[in-house]
Amino acid sequence: MSVGKKDISCPPEAPGTPLKDSDIAEKKVTYVEDHPDIRYAWTAGQAISRFLNELKKGKLIATKCNKCRRILFPPRMFCELCYKPIDDWVYVKDTGTVQTFSISYIDPDAKPLEKPVIVAVIAVDGASKNMAFMHVLGEVEPEKVYIGMKVKAVWKPEEEREGSVTDIKYWKPIEG
Amino acid sequence: MRVAVVGVGYSGFNANTPDLNWKEITLEAAARAYDDAGINPRKDVDSIVTCAEDIWEGFAIFDEFVPDQLGGVLKPTCTVCADFLFGIATAYMQIKSELADIAVVEAHSKASDILTFGETIKFAMDPIWLREIGSAHPYYFAALEMSQYINECCITEEQIAEVVVKNKNNALKNSSAPYGSKVTVEDVLNSPMVFDPMRKIEIAPRADGAIVFVLANEDVAKDLTDTPIWVKGVGWWSETSNYDTMSFNAVYAYKAAKMAYKLAGITNPAKEVDIAEVDDRFAFKEFQHLEALQLSKRFETGTLMREGYFAKDGELPVNLSGGSLGIGNLLEATGGQKALEVVLQLRGLAGRRQVEAETGVAQAWRYIPTASGAVAVFGV
Ligand SMILES: [Zn+2]
Repeated sequence: MSVGKKDISCPPEAPGTPLKDSDIAEKKVTYVEDHPDIRYAWTAGQAISRFLNELKKGKLIATKCNKCRRILFPPRMFCELCYKPIDDWVYVKDTGTVQTFSISYIDPDAKPLEKPVIVAVIAVDGASKNMAFMHVLGEVEPEKVYIGMKVKAVWKPEEEREGSVTDIKYWKPIEG
Repeated sequence: MRVAVVGVGYSGFNANTPDLNWKEITLEAAARAYDDAGINPRKDVDSIVTCAEDIWEGFAIFDEFVPDQLGGVLKPTCTVCADFLFGIATAYMQIKSELADIAVVEAHSKASDILTFGETIKFAMDPIWLREIGSAHPYYFAALEMSQYINECCITEEQIAEVVVKNKNNALKNSSAPYGSKVTVEDVLNSPMVFDPMRKIEIAPRADGAIVFVLANEDVAKDLTDTPIWVKGVGWWSETSNYDTMSFNAVYAYKAAKMAYKLAGITNPAKEVDIAEVDDRFAFKEFQHLEALQLSKRFETGTLMREGYFAKDGELPVNLSGGSLGIGNLLEATGGQKALEVVLQLRGLAGRRQVEAETGVAQAWRYIPTASGAVAVFGV
C-alpha cells in the first residue's frame, strides 16, 4: 500500500504466507505434540451439592440472606456481600427473563456450528438481581429472540437427569 | 513502619474433604482469621492476596475466583502464582509501601480434587526436553536430587529415617495433622522403596486445607492486638527451570533465607532462630533446607538429627507441627501451614507442642520440578 493513497482499508493488512494444514502434517514445521492426561473431580460442596440434587427432581433451589434480603442463585453457604452464613433455602421458579443473549455460530475449535447456539443469561423468577442462570435457548428461531423475552426451562425426562446443569435441555419461550 | 500478623485462621488439615468445596474451606479459614484479628473484612481490609496455581485448581485465571469467600467483593485483590510465603512477601510490600493498612493472604489446597496427580506435576516439566522421558511417576525427580545430595553429603538411610520419625511423631501432638504416627527408624527402614533411594514413607501424601493471615501496619496492629507477631523479613529466590542446570543443593532456599535474614537483622541464624518450619515434602529436603537456612552445617545435620537437636526438646525444634510428612502436601498452602505453626508457637497457642520461642522461620519450596522457594522470619 503506497503512501498517500486515500482508500486505505482499516485496519491495513499485510498478507503473509499462511501455514497450511499439510505443512503441519508433513512436519515442515518443527514441533512437539503432547496430550496431557490431566483430570479432576471437583467436590461440589454443601450448597452446590444440594442444588445439583434438586435438579434431579426438576427444581431450582437458592439460598437467602436475611441481612441484604437477597435470594442467592445458584445457592452458596455464605452471602458474599454481607460476609455471613446464609439463613435459609428457598426454591426459585424454572421460568425467567432473557437478560442478554448471543447467537453463536462458531465452536470452541473455531469451526462453524451446524446450527447456531443461542446462549442466554436468564434472570430466574424468584432470584435477586444479577443472580441469573447462563444457559441455552431452544424451540425458537434466532431472529425471534429478544432481551426481555419470557422463557421456561425444558427438562430432560426424570430418568435421564444426573444432577448437572444439563438436566435442563434448554429454555423455551413462554407463549403469549 | 513494621508489619505484623494480627490474625490467623485455618481449615483442615485433612487427607480428603468430600463434604466441602475449596470455597467453603477457604471461607472457614478466613472467617476464623477475621475473628482472630477482630476485624470486619467488608469494612477493614484494604487488599487481598491469594496464592494459587491454576493447574492445581483445575481452572484457569484463578484471580477471578478470589473475592467472594474472602470478603473481597469490590476490593483490590490479586493472585500470586506461588506458595503462601510469596503472598506474605507481597502483602508485606503492600503495607510497607503504604498501599494498604490491612492486607490479607490466603492459600488453600484441594489436592483431593486432582485425579491424575502425577500427570499434573508433569505438566510443569518442559514439554520438549523433559516430559517425554520415561513413564515413571515424576516423584523420581525428587529421588534424583536426593540421590546426588545424600551422596555428596554422606547422609545415611538411617539419618533420613530420623526425619520421618521426628515429624510423624510430632504430628501426633497436632490434632490438625492427619498423617501422624508412632513410627520408628526400624519401621521406616523396613518400608517399601518406591523411587530408590527414596521410600514411600519419605514422601508427604496429599492433604486439603486452607490458611488465611491478616497482616497490618504497626499502628493498626497495636490497636488490634496486644500480641502482634512481626514479619521481620521475607525473601524469595529462583534458580533455573531445568533439572540439569539446578544446583540440587537448595540454593533457592539459601538465597531466599539470606534476603529474609538481612531484613530481619539476623547475622547468625543458628543462634538467633529458636524454631523453624521447613519444607519436608520429601524427607531429605528437611536436611537440605536446614543447611540452606544456615541452621545447620553440611556434614553435621545427620548427627544433630540423630542427637535430637531438632526434636521438640532439642536446641532448635524443627517442624513441631509434624511438618508436611505429618500434615500432608498442601501444594501452594504448604508455606502457610509452616508460617501458621511459627505464629502459633510465638503466640504461645501451640498446645501440646508448645516450646519457648521468640524468633521463628518458615520456609517453603515450590515443589517438583522446581528450584524456587520463599522464606519468612517472624518474631515477637
Ligand atoms: Zn447478604
